[in-house]
Amino acid sequence: MKMYRSHIMICRGTGCTSSSSEQIAQEFEKQLKAHGLDQEVIVERTGCFGLCALGPIVIIYPEAAFYSLVKPEDVEEIVKEHLVKGRVVKRLLYAETIEEDRIKSLNQVNFYKKQVRVALRNCGIINPENIDEYIAFDGYKALAKCLTELKPEEVIDIVKRSGLRGRGGAGFPTGMKWEFAAKAQGDMKYVCCNADEGDPGAFMDRSILEGDPHSVLEAMTIAGYAIGGNQGYIYVRAEYPIAVKRLSIAINQAREYGLLGKNILGTGFDFDIELRLGAGAFVCGEETALIASIEGQRGMPRPRPPFPANKGVFGKPTLLNNVETYANICPIINNGPEWFASMGTEKSKGTKVFALGGKINHTGLVEIPMGTTMREIIYEIGGGCPNGKKFKAAQTGGPSGGCIPADKIDVPIDYETLTALGSMMGSGGLIVMDEDNCMVDIAKFFLEFTVDESCGKCTPCREGTKRMLEILEKITKGKGEEGDIEKLETLAHNIKASALCALGQTAPNPVLSTLRYFRDEYEAHVRDKKCPAGACQALLQFKIAEDICKACGICAKQCPVSAISGKPKTPYVIDQNKCIKCGACMDKCPFKAISRG
Amino acid sequence: MKSLKDLEEIRKRTLDTINLRKDQSGTRIVVGMATCGIAAGARPVLLAIMDEVEKNELADVIVAQTGCIGMCRLEPIVEVYRPGEEKVTYVKMNPSKAKRVINEHVMQGKVVQEYTIGAEEK
Repeated sequence: MKMYRSHIMICRGTGCTSSSSEQIAQEFEKQLKAHGLDQEVIVERTGCFGLCALGPIVIIYPEAAFYSLVKPEDVEEIVKEHLVKGRVVKRLLYAETIEEDRIKSLNQVNFYKKQVRVALRNCGIINPENIDEYIAFDGYKALAKCLTELKPEEVIDIVKRSGLRGRGGAGFPTGMKWEFAAKAQGDMKYVCCNADEGDPGAFMDRSILEGDPHSVLEAMTIAGYAIGGNQGYIYVRAEYPIAVKRLSIAINQAREYGLLGKNILGTGFDFDIELRLGAGAFVCGEETALIASIEGQRGMPRPRPPFPANKGVFGKPTLLNNVETYANICPIINNGPEWFASMGTEKSKGTKVFALGGKINHTGLVEIPMGTTMREIIYEIGGGCPNGKKFKAAQTGGPSGGCIPADKIDVPIDYETLTALGSMMGSGGLIVMDEDNCMVDIAKFFLEFTVDESCGKCTPCREGTKRMLEILEKITKGKGEEGDIEKLETLAHNIKASALCALGQTAPNPVLSTLRYFRDEYEAHVRDKKCPAGACQALLQFKIAEDICKACGICAKQCPVSAISGKPKTPYVIDQNKCIKCGACMDKCPFKAISRG
Repeated sequence: MKSLKDLEEIRKRTLDTINLRKDQSGTRIVVGMATCGIAAGARPVLLAIMDEVEKNELADVIVAQTGCIGMCRLEPIVEVYRPGEEKVTYVKMNPSKAKRVINEHVMQGKVVQEYTIGAEEK
């Protein structure tokens, strides 16, 4: 590789790519050439920096100037000013990075200050399509160490001592899983990676695969060595085209370098990895359904035991871990299990990546040590709720998880505390809700998702969740009756106890946890036919206050369905039968005479 | 197939070129590249510096540029910041002078007195 005095890192994760970061990259290349700088400055396409809300993001080294919300038409100015004349274009810098006219180090910016990037260590720093850059930042060092210095049992012991637990949701100790698979008897063993990320709002696995694919390949190879397996499968959603492309490139590069295939690094160990594309069924994230899908069967779960460690892919012993779990393995081998175990809480070690979404200023990916409080994540890193709205609750664990209300915001986050609060870690989606969100509506949203995604194999999940959804629909339409809430609870408990797989068993969680903390909202819907948050349209009524109305007629002109009528000098009225509750009249009324309730 | 030694070589070679993305602790060489600097010939100086840094595999050195320092008559100006030492300002630079600065000052720690602003102003 040639030396360049300056590196332009352009995010080519899914978020920034969808706001034209490739176009920006090409414009940079064009402008550099036009200014004769193409031999001194290089454009690199990288993975996600995490601050997706401000994308497209461009970071220029060595100054580490963090440009946010860049548009293709800004590129010429950046090249002319920053790269030709050495003057950073302040107007385009992420405002928080400037302090007294100097660029702050990224580690001092609120969004990054509390973060510890282990799984995301290379995302945004390397070009994921260049294996040499991965190798430069200690890539394949852990594999070399395992193959040449450690016995398989020693590798498993290191993973066990690190305290790493599964990052896909349930939090099962990873080292134990490896040990079970190592002890299982079989002529062939498989190492699988679950990249079927399906929780609405979670996208850390995608970002790791897009930004640092080799970290997963290397960890899977190490796992193969530890359990005695020679074949790996990555089960990834076809809806992640960039991740699939980068994984394919990475696998080919690793094969070329002899880091996958026969006789890796001349040690006599063989291991290869193939991709399996999933069609996007949520249930295929469940391990037995995923295995069925890899085999070419219809993706449906089966009862356990036998567990995959004994009978997995093609009936052979199989190790199955999530993407983020694998991404933690190489740093653990390189830095030692004590280093990893020094982060986090007593039972939850290390860091966890969360995908911040919903009503929060800094939408994006953050990686924090376990035990960080929700308050730190939402206010210090996430920048709080937009428009000064009040934080109401956070939803973790997607459709299998639950809500954490505002009064529990200071609880340190780890596997145990989230479960105790009636939610779960899940894959790490964190959806923030403010005072305008109706909790019944949220529960309904997640249940709609589960009903859609239920595979239909077992009755409790197929029929039970459907019945629950019907009750919720009734309630949000103002047709709830006494006894509905109790019916919901009975159904929820029965489904939890009797569904076949984790998807069904956890499906009632969003309802149960909102009932636990926001029962009054359910009761208001059922008894008073009111939605306290003003989100359920059917329960809304727009009214014109007679004493404030000046009969100007602006509202009537705004109404798309002509539901408002009136004459000069007499207050206007809304015909409730015609009103579609769009709120256009309320927004336009110059006298604030229209209210919602 | 790569051996362990090959991997180590790739690591070292690549790290030299992408090191500037990590936190910096080494020497910074800054070239004045405002209109005055460019007109006086700062670009060939910058290229010569990069060339020399690359040739000598100086991993912990970054080459940056800056705007006008205000002494346009003395351009091209190059400033060298070595950790823990006073900044040294070289004036009226050209590619061959720049090479000497890299070889003597940056690599061996010997300031090339005759090119410094102090010598010029005497």
